[in-house]
Amino acid sequence: MSKLPKKITKKIDNELLKYPKNQKKSAVMAALQFVQAEHGWLSNKDLSDVADYLEIPEIAVMEVATFYNMYDLKPTGKYKISVCTNISCMLRGVDSLVNHIKQRLKIDFNELTKDEKFCLKESECMGNCDAAPMMVINNEKMYEKISPEKFDVIIKELK
Amino acid sequence: MPDEIINAPVQKKLFPLCLATKDLNHPASIKTYISIGGYEALKKILTDKISPSDLLEEIKLSGLRGRGGAGFPTGLKWSFMPKNAKGEKYLVCNSDEGEPGTFKDRDIIRYNPHQIIEGMIIGAYIMDATVGFNYIHGEIWNEYLSFGEALNQARQAGLLGKNILNSDFSFELHAVHGYGAYICGEETALIESIEGKKGQPRFKPPFPATYGIYGKPTCVNNTETFASIPWIIRHGGQAFNDLGVANSGGTKIFSVSGHISNPGNYEIQMGMPFSELLDLAGGVWKGHKLKAVIPGGPSTALVPAHTIMQATMDYDGLSKIGSSLGAGSMIVMDETTCMVNTLKRLSYFFYEESCGQCTPCREGTGWVYRIVKRIVDGQGRLDDLNLLKDVSQKISGRTICALGDAAAVPVLSFIKHFEVEFEYFIRHGKSMIESLND
Repeated sequence: MSKLPKKITKKIDNELLKYPKNQKKSAVMAALQFVQAEHGWLSNKDLSDVADYLEIPEIAVMEVATFYNMYDLKPTGKYKISVCTNISCMLRGVDSLVNHIKQRLKIDFNELTKDEKFCLKESECMGNCDAAPMMVINNEKMYEKISPEKFDVIIKELK
Repeated sequence: MPDEIINAPVQKKLFPLCLATKDLNHPASIKTYISIGGYEALKKILTDKISPSDLLEEIKLSGLRGRGGAGFPTGLKWSFMPKNAKGEKYLVCNSDEGEPGTFKDRDIIRYNPHQIIEGMIIGAYIMDATVGFNYIHGEIWNEYLSFGEALNQARQAGLLGKNILNSDFSFELHAVHGYGAYICGEETALIESIEGKKGQPRFKPPFPATYGIYGKPTCVNNTETFASIPWIIRHGGQAFNDLGVANSGGTKIFSVSGHISNPGNYEIQMGMPFSELLDLAGGVWKGHKLKAVIPGGPSTALVPAHTIMQATMDYDGLSKIGSSLGAGSMIVMDETTCMVNTLKRLSYFFYEESCGQCTPCREGTGWVYRIVKRIVDGQGRLDDLNLLKDVSQKISGRTICALGDAAAVPVLSFIKHFEVEFEYFIRHGKSMIESLND
C-alpha cells in the first residue's frame, strides 16, 4: 500500500504513461510537484514516499528536489509569492516593487509572515518579460505588470 | 488616433509565420489552425508517401537554423540521426526558455500549438522517431496545460498515436515540464531532466543523436524551429530561405523587453534593420534616449546604441557588430540604466543557475558576482576590472556546456563598452548615472 494518497498516485500513474515501464524515475519531477501542490512544501517524508512509490533511491529524489528552484523544502505558508527580479523586470522597476512587498508583508526574501500566510521568494526569469514586473503565486498563477498598488489589491483578495 | 492607423504600418512589416494564428479568434484551437492550411503539409506527406530524404533536402534548402540560440543548421542536425537504429528514437521540443528576456516559445505554445505539433510530427517522420516530448518551462504553467489540450485535440483527430491518418506511420507526443532550472535549456541537461535527474549537461561526444534519452538516438530542437517546419514543407525550402537574407533564412521572432514602449513578440523577416524593429515596438519608452541593447539574451554581447543602430537583425548582421542573434531576446536599455547595477543582476543570474558540475563555472560565476557586488556596495578596488576580465576569460572555454561561456559574455561586453561607468563607481562608491540625476 502506498503511503501517498490515492488522488496523488492517480496523477503519478497518468504521468508514468508517458515513459517506458522500466523508466519510472522519469516521473519524479511531476510526482514531486503533485505532492508539493497538495502539502505546500516537501518534507523528508514526502521525498521518501515519492521514492518508495517510484521504486528509486531516496537520494535520487533528494537530488532533484534540491536542484530545481520551484521545489520548496521548507514551509512556504498558504501563498508563496515568487517575484522575478531578473534584467527585464529590473529595468521595469521590480526593485521598488520588491521593497514595497517587503514593507507591506514585513518579511525579507525566503521568510514567512507571522501568520504563515505569505512567503516571499526571489525568482529568476520566468519567460514572461513583456509583462514585467510580474510574480507567480504557488508556482501556478501568474500576475502581470504589477505596481505596488496592484499588489495591495491582489493580496487583499487572497483569503 | 484610431487604432487602425496606429497599427497599419506595424502589420505590414510583421510576418507572422510561427505566430500565424495569433490575431485570429480561438487562435490555439485545431479548427483555427486547419483553417489557415494547418496539417495540410502532413497530409500531403502521408498521402503522397514523400520520402524522408526528399523532405530533409527541403529543410536544408530552407536555410533554417536552430532558433534556441546556437543557430545550428536544422537540416544538418536532423541528418545526424541514425537511419537504421532499432528500438525507440526520441524527438524533443525544447520549450524551456529561461534565457532572461525570452518569451517567444510561450507565445507559440499559447497561440499556435498545433504548428509545433505538426512540425514535430513531420520531424518524426523524417527522422523515424517514435516518441516525442515537449519540455515546457516550469514557470508558464497555463501554457503547459493548454499544450496538453492541444495534444488531446490532435490525438482525437488521428494526428498522433498509432497509424497517423491511417498511414503506417506512428508517433506519440507528450508534454512534460521543468521546475525552475535555466540549465535545462541546454539539450543534454534537458535529456537528463527527462530521465528524472538533476539537469547537469553531459560531456559531448557522444552527441544526443547517438546517445540521448535512455541512451537512445535523440534529436532536440527549439520550439520556434519546429513551428517553422510546416510552412517550409507547404511553401518549399527556397521560399522560406527567400524570406530572409544570406545565411539567415526565414522569419524570426524577437522578444522585445526592457525600456521599450510596447514590449512583446515581433515576428519579422530576417535582415530587418534594427532601427525598424525598434520602431515596430514603439521606440524607447517615455521618449528616452537609447543607451544599449542586448540583442539576443544575456548570453549575447551588449551593444551600445550607436553600433546597434547600424545593424540588421540576422545572424551575420549581429555577428558583424560583435554580438549574436541568440534566441532573439532583445533587451532595450535607456539612458537612465546603470550598467554596473545591471551587470550585478546578470552575474547573480549565472552564479545562481550554474549547475555546479565544472569548477571554472561553479567557482568563477561566484567570483564574478561577488566582485561586481562589492563595486556596487562601494567596496570596489581599481584592479577589480582586470580581475573581472581575468576570471571571466578563465571560465570561458573551460566547461562542459556553454553556460560558462555565456556567463563571461556580459562581464566582458559591459566593461568593454562602459568601462568609464565602472571606474566611476569604483572611485566614487556610487553610480555615475544616479550621480547625474542628483
